[in-house]
Amino acid sequence: MSADLLPEHPDFLWRNPEPKSSYDAVIVGGGGHGLATAYFLAKNHGMTNIAVLEKGWLAGGNMARNTTIIRSNYLWDESAAIYEHALKLWEILPEELEYDFLFSQRGVMNLAHTLGDVRESMRRVGANKLNGVDAEWLDPKQVKELCPILNISDNIRYPVMGATYQPRAGIAKHDHVAWAFARKCDEMGVDIIQNCEVTGFVKDGNRVVGVKTNRGTINTEKVGLAAAGHSSVLAEMAGFRLPIQSHPLQALVSELHEPVHPTVVMSNHVHVYVSQAHKGELVMGAGVDSYNGYGQRGSFHVIEHQMAAAVELFPIFARAHVLRTWGGIVDTTLDASPIVGNTPVENMFVNCGWGTGGFKATPAAGLTFAHNIATGSPHKLNKPFALERFETGALIDEHGAAAVAH
Amino acid sequence: MLLISCPNCGSRDETEFHYGGQAHVPYPENPNELTDRQWAEYLFYRDNTKGAFAERWLHSTGCRQWFNMLRDTVTYDIQAIYPMGTPRPDAAGQLTVETGTASLAPDSTTTGTAAPSTSGTSISGTSTTPASTTAPEGATK
Repeated sequence: MSADLLPEHPDFLWRNPEPKSSYDAVIVGGGGHGLATAYFLAKNHGMTNIAVLEKGWLAGGNMARNTTIIRSNYLWDESAAIYEHALKLWEILPEELEYDFLFSQRGVMNLAHTLGDVRESMRRVGANKLNGVDAEWLDPKQVKELCPILNISDNIRYPVMGATYQPRAGIAKHDHVAWAFARKCDEMGVDIIQNCEVTGFVKDGNRVVGVKTNRGTINTEKVGLAAAGHSSVLAEMAGFRLPIQSHPLQALVSELHEPVHPTVVMSNHVHVYVSQAHKGELVMGAGVDSYNGYGQRGSFHVIEHQMAAAVELFPIFARAHVLRTWGGIVDTTLDASPIVGNTPVENMFVNCGWGTGGFKATPAAGLTFAHNIATGSPHKLNKPFALERFETGALIDEHGAAAVAH
Repeated sequence: MLLISCPNCGSRDETEFHYGGQAHVPYPENPNELTDRQWAEYLFYRDNTKGAFAERWLHSTGCRQWFNMLRDTVTYDIQAIYPMGTPRPDAAGQLTVETGTASLAPDSTTTGTAAPSTSGTSISGTSTTPASTTAPEGATK
């Protein structure tokens, strides 16, 4: 938890190749999910003649803008399975990628402020245990022991009535995660092409055969879309629709402080989530701005609201200052679960809809999406998250059930 | 924060309003005849336009009336505010009217007093996607 623990800023970890005229597969989106997908395509499926196209700079979208919380305490079986698989991968990835991206399993607490919260939380703890996810229920005294700066007084608007706790959850250095994947991808021969914006697709009938970019047309047999907030834009270019709405999601950090916050605290009800970065900033986020937006910024009252919640829960934060705020574009679905799978266009696959919580899923999203792209059919973990569920009605409704403020 | 010009109350802060998602999404005319795919479109699929987007807003702490807004989803510039039940006042709206895909029936919540007005600089009409007849009303987040 101090600056001297941070790794040195690395040298260039990947080449900046010119795009080739053709690849076996092209991943659109050079964020965490796109890079993880390329990594697993190369490692698990031997597909190394592939490219990751990034319209800006590597991992400069939501990968650079999230609050880095990693946890797997979701209610429903399908969600718990994929997020828990992700968590298990997080636990081995630093060694596998030979890169210490400071995955810190400091635990995540989800506070309960109402009787309804308490009941829902206890139900989720039970569901988590049945799914092999570590989870426990804490009473307010135990909450205070784990995080002494939390205000558990009865004398606040929404007193802390307890919390769920997942000890194996935590945070990681998001930039380093992306760089770790990028370096391994590059070593295996994957071309990571930055400043390469997709402007259209080439189709033969209903089959995608190429990608048009601002740096020329690239022929390819398979295309994987991993563009988060811009997924709808790409889908429209390819001629299909996605049930996604893009919203701004804001976060902020304080100036650096001595270590005061030993874990991660999330509150669905008063709506804020807080951790302290390795360097010392207090990192906070909350819900999306209500309107659709592609502007990577939101309205200030949303920040005001989350700061009010933070100060009520952590009175000592009243004297901290906001150092920086920013916004990303999150791709939300109506059941608050992702879409990973085939699309109406042959040989085109989509990984999107992770909404406000995609970072934690990065390794499992990459693993399952790579499987789906390589084999043409879904991995068992992403099968329930197919686009067809909006038609069949087999939704995975994690709104409110996921212990998270959506 | 957006500064929104309510047709009835004038300019107010965004915090007084509630977002209603994509506008011009009528309830299916013959619900019993819809396929599962069409129901999916109506219930879960909405345009997610990057650029000029027609959307509904409710002045929930003011006059409590719904109205439509044309807003750019990249710059967040408000280009026009117009009553519910009237077509969007730009090229995409014209397209919609000509092809007859949008319901022109007055909304039950329409005040019908405000005329279409443009408050922004120009209306680019970059959106090429006409409002779908099967796009859904209601849940937007």
